[in-house]
Amino acid sequence: MQVPAQVEYEKAASVEHALTLLARYGSAARVLAGGHSLIPMMKLRLAQPEVLIDINAITDLCYINLTGAQLRIGTLTRHAQLLDSQLIGEHFAILHDAERVIADPIVRNWGTVGGSLCQADPSEDLSAAFAALKGTMVIHGPDGSREVSAREFHTGPYETVVGPAELLTEITLPIRPGGGSGYQKVSRRTGDWPVGAAGAAIWLSGDVIADAGIGLTAVGATHFAAAEAEEYLRGKIATEETLARAGEIAAENCRPASDQRGPADYKRHLASELTTRALRLAVARARGQAT
Amino acid sequence: MKVTVTVNGSEYSRDVEPRLLLIHLLRDELGLTGSHWGCDTSNCGACVVWLDETPVKSCTVLAVMADGRRVLTVEGLGSGAALDPVQQGFAECHGLQCGFCTPGMMLTARWLLDRSPDPSPAEVREAISGQICRCTGYENIVRAVLWAAKNGGGR
Amino acid sequence: MGCEERRRPVTDHEIAAHGTGPYGAIPRKEDARFVRGQGTFVDDISLPGMLHGAILRSPLAHARIVSVDVTAALAHPKVEAVLTGADLAERGLAWMPTLSADVQAVLATDKVRFQGQEVAFVVAQDRYAARDALELIVVDYEPLPPVVDALTALAEDAPLVRDDLENRTDNHIFDWSAGDKAATDEVFAAADVTVGCDMIYPRSHPAPLETCGIIAACDAVTGRLTLWSTSQAPHAHRTLYALITGLPEHKIRIVSPDLGGGFGSKVPVYPGYLCAIAAAMLTGRPVKWVEDRSENLMSTTFARDYHMHGEIAATADGRILGLRARVLADHGAFNATAQPTKYPAGFFHIFTGSYDLQAAFCEVTGVYTNKAPGGVAYSCSFRITEAVYLVERLVDMLARRLGMDPAELRMRNLLRPEQFPYTCPTGWQYDSGDYLRALALAMDIAGYPELRREQAQRRARGEYMGIGISFFTEGVGAGPRTHMDILGLGMADGADLRVHPTGKVVLGISVQTQGQGHETTFAQIVAHELGLTPDDVEVVHGDTDRTPFGLGTYGSRSTPVSGAAAVLAARKVRDRARLVAAAMLELSPDDLEWLDGKWRVRGDPERAAGIAEIAMAAHSALELPAGVEGHLDASAVYNPPNLTFPFGAYICVTDVDPATGEVKVRRFIAVDDCGVRINPMIVEGQVHRGLADGIGMALMQAIVFDEAGNCLGGSFMDYLLPTALECPSPELGATVTPSPHHPIGAKGIGESATVGSPPAVVNSVVDALAPFGVEHADMPLTPAMVWRAIQGRPLRSDLALG
Repeated sequence: MQVPAQVEYEKAASVEHALTLLARYGSAARVLAGGHSLIPMMKLRLAQPEVLIDINAITDLCYINLTGAQLRIGTLTRHAQLLDSQLIGEHFAILHDAERVIADPIVRNWGTVGGSLCQADPSEDLSAAFAALKGTMVIHGPDGSREVSAREFHTGPYETVVGPAELLTEITLPIRPGGGSGYQKVSRRTGDWPVGAAGAAIWLSGDVIADAGIGLTAVGATHFAAAEAEEYLRGKIATEETLARAGEIAAENCRPASDQRGPADYKRHLASELTTRALRLAVARARGQAT
Repeated sequence: MKVTVTVNGSEYSRDVEPRLLLIHLLRDELGLTGSHWGCDTSNCGACVVWLDETPVKSCTVLAVMADGRRVLTVEGLGSGAALDPVQQGFAECHGLQCGFCTPGMMLTARWLLDRSPDPSPAEVREAISGQICRCTGYENIVRAVLWAAKNGGGR
Repeated sequence: MGCEERRRPVTDHEIAAHGTGPYGAIPRKEDARFVRGQGTFVDDISLPGMLHGAILRSPLAHARIVSVDVTAALAHPKVEAVLTGADLAERGLAWMPTLSADVQAVLATDKVRFQGQEVAFVVAQDRYAARDALELIVVDYEPLPPVVDALTALAEDAPLVRDDLENRTDNHIFDWSAGDKAATDEVFAAADVTVGCDMIYPRSHPAPLETCGIIAACDAVTGRLTLWSTSQAPHAHRTLYALITGLPEHKIRIVSPDLGGGFGSKVPVYPGYLCAIAAAMLTGRPVKWVEDRSENLMSTTFARDYHMHGEIAATADGRILGLRARVLADHGAFNATAQPTKYPAGFFHIFTGSYDLQAAFCEVTGVYTNKAPGGVAYSCSFRITEAVYLVERLVDMLARRLGMDPAELRMRNLLRPEQFPYTCPTGWQYDSGDYLRALALAMDIAGYPELRREQAQRRARGEYMGIGISFFTEGVGAGPRTHMDILGLGMADGADLRVHPTGKVVLGISVQTQGQGHETTFAQIVAHELGLTPDDVEVVHGDTDRTPFGLGTYGSRSTPVSGAAAVLAARKVRDRARLVAAAMLELSPDDLEWLDGKWRVRGDPERAAGIAEIAMAAHSALELPAGVEGHLDASAVYNPPNLTFPFGAYICVTDVDPATGEVKVRRFIAVDDCGVRINPMIVEGQVHRGLADGIGMALMQAIVFDEAGNCLGGSFMDYLLPTALECPSPELGATVTPSPHHPIGAKGIGESATVGSPPAVVNSVVDALAPFGVEHADMPLTPAMVWRAIQGRPLRSDLALG
């Protein structure tokens, strides 16, 4: 088995402590949460940080709380905890759909939500899911905290707005009436990265789509979102025709790349097909016709 | 740096490099070779052990992350000469052939039965879906876990 | 449906009873240590003073080596030695013979010829330091254009891979053919219907869960070299090492401890093994080298990589007349396929399959490319996987062309029982078979007519399910020594039986289990012959000091060859015991008959002696007749008169989502006939695995290369293997048609399901896609491949997409 290069190690006892360490080491340091994105990269020597800042002791960052009309997820929450959470299942079925198809049950025990989002793989399922839900990222730094939309969080493959002296601490999701959500993924085998995946969140007002959120991953969608398709849907009635059209628009606006998972034309087709399927599921759930 | 881990109920302290993987601490430092490794990319699960209460892929955890925690390996299954029902099930149902994936499979099975004492075959398959077996085609592994569930599976 | 409900019990009339006794589904003796985590695999072993090796591998597929600078690596405080190709060349070790009369570089000297080829070997105090030191070695490469696509390997301007070989001007390795070309051409010319197709059996890899490795330890005082090694053929390795290193063979001991799977990948001698041996000699300390997974996938023997064109000829009413095939075989950079010497394409010419044909002809051309060497591995029974895939796909395509049900077409053409022993048009003599019964049983278990009705109903609703059949005949148990040798070593295997005075038995065998349960099944074989229980028999294997010579385990040969040797040795013991029993009872040997596990007096069966008492007597002061030696030990070398021919009928049911291309395997029915079944539980376990292999190869496994020769299958993230979620609960059945020439009628089972299952899955998916006009689609049928096939724009599965 391949093994990491030499590295130094610090253990952070609190968010403040973590920020102090990050300030000291700067870009020579990487945050170590579950490590299930970082450690594999270190073993292959694709990442060679000089210092690891282990934040696993900051149990304060592990929570799923309902506060008024907001659901707040601490970034150290393990994937398995998100999947097990009744609160999440009740309000954001898309996250359960997505977690069920992320990696495998053992990896989900240790990998964290924050870790996956900060790894920023262009095929990351949670990035699409949170984009669909229009979540907000809370980032702590030396000057306090700031908020960034989930749709502005990623700046490129493996790049986010989190600076070298900052820590992603929370994702907040607004709970709005009439909502339903769902996730659809195609992969070559269970646990594989998606060939293409789509997440949709719909908020109905009567029969009308008051708002829509569509997240796409692995297909080169800007900021993991299908903004044009969302725009199209707003104010429309959810029918087979409008959902299919939304899928087409989503596909028109992404830029998939060919790789071993599939050629670009197939991925573009998936963007359309899966967007429509995710929307269908979201609408059915919003109408109380599906679980 | 110094790391202190309780493995199968016994406490061990070792001076290790921060980069040392937990699987290597267990195998090379502590001589507990029952847990194996089989890949470079956290896909195969031959290295599954329990870290505190949950199975993890110990090739993807640093030994220093286990400092102050408890680890359970296959050597800690069962007590004394008595086999855990999961171990019995694997022997009874031909749930192993070469035995390389077996420790990891059994530790996941043990965890599953602790949480879900009467799982369906589909639940068993889902639980082991992150672990590869090249010999059995999985059928007898599933039968072994179901056997354990019916034959004193609870601890 | 739960697995209990789905699983049909095998009924009595379907399995020939072969008496009471130790045959049967007994639990395995070896499990006691494995369930406790007390197996001993190579990487579990640690010796005092042991050092760790690591290999620096080429990042390029084809390049000249300008220079190798190891100064910085040697300066690393934990590094003890570094070997380069030049160092090995000084000792005559830079090149080693392959199992196919070629040579392979141990450490590259002039050029690197595949990505991942071995360039340098570092020896350090621990495995982490060894890995660090690799990065300190500086190699200057001059890149060369690579040959990646086998179809271009023989082009005029193709780069030359093997310029190390004298007088070589192209990448052609061999041409080989079998069958009667003229007769076949005639048959095709006159046939009502012919169907042809190009199909790839993509490069895959056996990927046992334990990678390859070795510990080499030299004793300077005794001159002994001891190796703990992942070897499926330890004796053959010992002989090879003796020939390569010049060390006297009796000073070499190889111990194959527990192996974590093999599937053919642990048959060859790999460069890393020789490097470890050289390093142990150089440093005077034990050296361990265990490869990581990427090394395993990129450099150890791959499997398949056959580019095939097949044709089938038939009458209008569905009588199959002939088969024709042309194959381009990609052998990688060195010809290192492991098969009997006279068969460069292995047993591919059994592509005549299970049918009554008038004529057949095949030709195979082997070529070099800039990829890892290998080709014969992964339970292929020496290319029978390729052969069966071709014929079973062609039969299905013929059925489609004729508008005939594929089961019906097979029923019309399968060999009849009265035709056995049957000599096929390419010369194989199939020993026994009852094919129609097996297919009928499979169809019965599957509920075939209901499945076809369901398929029709679903199609009307726009849902797509497929039903795929595969009927295969295997040829295993290589083999008759005058026809079959590997590197000049005839494929006969030995067995040694020692009987202790208290009647306990130790059986030494030459084959090497990697999970197949030999410690149990061989004990059952001997116990059955000697009226003992399996617990009375200890099976010893894997240690060349303690076991007789043989060619090892692969090609499902353990039961057919070593099993037979064990039977013969046991019968020698039994015959000897008769003479001793006669002396004990003061009778003539003719007065005794073997009945119910003892030598009994004819007409007075209560007067009897079992092996235990006879053993004590044989060691005692009892006076023995002239010519009868004391003790009861015996040994035998079994030279099989022929291969054995297991067969089976498989049916695979899939559901395909045409909008995404996703395939779900719903059901897998498998009826196998491996002759007499010593331990049905173990037999079924072998079948379970092969079915999973079929799902994997048909739907997701392939080692793919890009234009630059980069291997894109170097990890389990890219080379995908099936999990428990992709494999349905198999539904098994069995028939028993004993082999007439095997001492206990057993045929071997280890590879059957890997051979028979991929065509069942592919046939199923293509059947599902019939409404879209898809006639063939290459493996692996990933969602993208399926979707593209539906669009009529198929993808080539062996080259990079991006």
